[in-house]
Amino acid sequence: MKYALLALCLATPALADEYRATGDLGLIVERATGSLVVVDQSDRAAIGRIEGLGDLSHASLVYSPDERYAYVFGRDGGLSKVDILSREIVARVLQAGNSIGGAISDDGTLVAVSNYEPGGVRVFDAKTLEMVADIPTESKTIGLVDAPGRRFVFTLWDKGETWIADMKGAEPAITKVTGMGANPYDALLAGSGRTYITGLFGEDGLTALDLWDETPEPIRVLPGYGRGEEELPVYKMPHLEGWAEAAGEFVLPAVGHHEVLWIDARDFRETGRTETHGQPVFAMARPDGRQVWVNFAHPLNDTVQVIDRMTHEVIHEMKPGPAVLHMEFTPRGHEVWISVRDENRVDIYDTETFEKLGEVAAESPSGIFFTARAHRTGL
Amino acid sequence: MRSLFALAILGLALPAAATEATDAARLERLVTQDCGSCHGLTLKGGLGSPLTPAALADAEPEGLASIILDGVPGTAMPPWRPLLSEEEALWIARYLKDAPQ
Repeated sequence: MKYALLALCLATPALADEYRATGDLGLIVERATGSLVVVDQSDRAAIGRIEGLGDLSHASLVYSPDERYAYVFGRDGGLSKVDILSREIVARVLQAGNSIGGAISDDGTLVAVSNYEPGGVRVFDAKTLEMVADIPTESKTIGLVDAPGRRFVFTLWDKGETWIADMKGAEPAITKVTGMGANPYDALLAGSGRTYITGLFGEDGLTALDLWDETPEPIRVLPGYGRGEEELPVYKMPHLEGWAEAAGEFVLPAVGHHEVLWIDARDFRETGRTETHGQPVFAMARPDGRQVWVNFAHPLNDTVQVIDRMTHEVIHEMKPGPAVLHMEFTPRGHEVWISVRDENRVDIYDTETFEKLGEVAAESPSGIFFTARAHRTGL
Repeated sequence: MRSLFALAILGLALPAAATEATDAARLERLVTQDCGSCHGLTLKGGLGSPLTPAALADAEPEGLASIILDGVPGTAMPPWRPLLSEEEALWIARYLKDAPQ
């Protein structure tokens, strides 16, 4: 009992007598050390650290609806639930051998993890991390998102299928959509929760699904967009995240080409292309959609470009430093945080003036996640 | 772009003449960070297959080096020839096979 009390005292740093809301907090993944930096976005400062999360290379996380807990998906199959106020791990399971991201259901009760090994999706109770469903796919599984109606959507790298798992009943009800294309590498759900788009590595183009359709059919987007052009070696797969919608258009990274692609969000017609500094990894629309920020694959990953939504032209270029891995906007987009892995630093910029406003130290930082994500579908 | 690759090759070729320790550190970093983006930071696999000594036990260093340099057509493994010399690829192949568990 004494030990328990002692542990409790150590784990709750001065929070008992201080009310602290979490709406402007965030977490930065320190990929090499298996830790998270807790940051205060308003103060542009680190306020703590959470350790012991295993292999966090390529880690991502989602937030509980109350923005107090984060569910962290590690590469090593670890699923950890952390309390960002007390800065401790409150639950942790090693749920697979090799994992690639996860999602939380719209009602906040289920957390799903997408696995390479064994291939498939496992679903856990968000309170206890007890497994409630196992959905083997016999394929590396990518692009897992939450969709409205207590559903999860994910895609099979080896089979080119997208599965929609409806979790409203006691058992998952699975809808399988075949013919999505060769080697889908990642996917995103657009803000409204209606359009699921998966990028293809094995062929040029993307495939969209209208989730409002009773029986969604693959919709080919820009098939053969790079045809006839020389394909460059891909040293890093692009990422697709739910920040692709910019005022009625989707902006998406091309694979094996130095460009981003613009398509009409309603009819998926191409509306333009923007030549970029390198092969894009993330193309992220500022929350208002006016700008798109792009970072690049090795060996051109020291640079960030900003593209104007109106003209599709690059309006600003900066070189924050070696290995820019991720960018995260403040919820209304006035600032952006950029992780510079090899400088052990996260830079903070004003998105209108591009002035650097501050920096936060972090060990090999990768993903940056602000708690406002808790209220966005598909992140 | 061509000139950038040429520059990159030049950049790699020059320090090769410098101290071996620097070179090893640079290549080790490349293995962890850049190979790691598909094969996992600990090389236990990801979208790419595992590259642990156990997984590579039956592979010859020369064979691995040629996969590194020329990639595996039809898969996500790209050719690293634009960025690495043959000596460097062989160094990486041996490093992977001998890496401490």
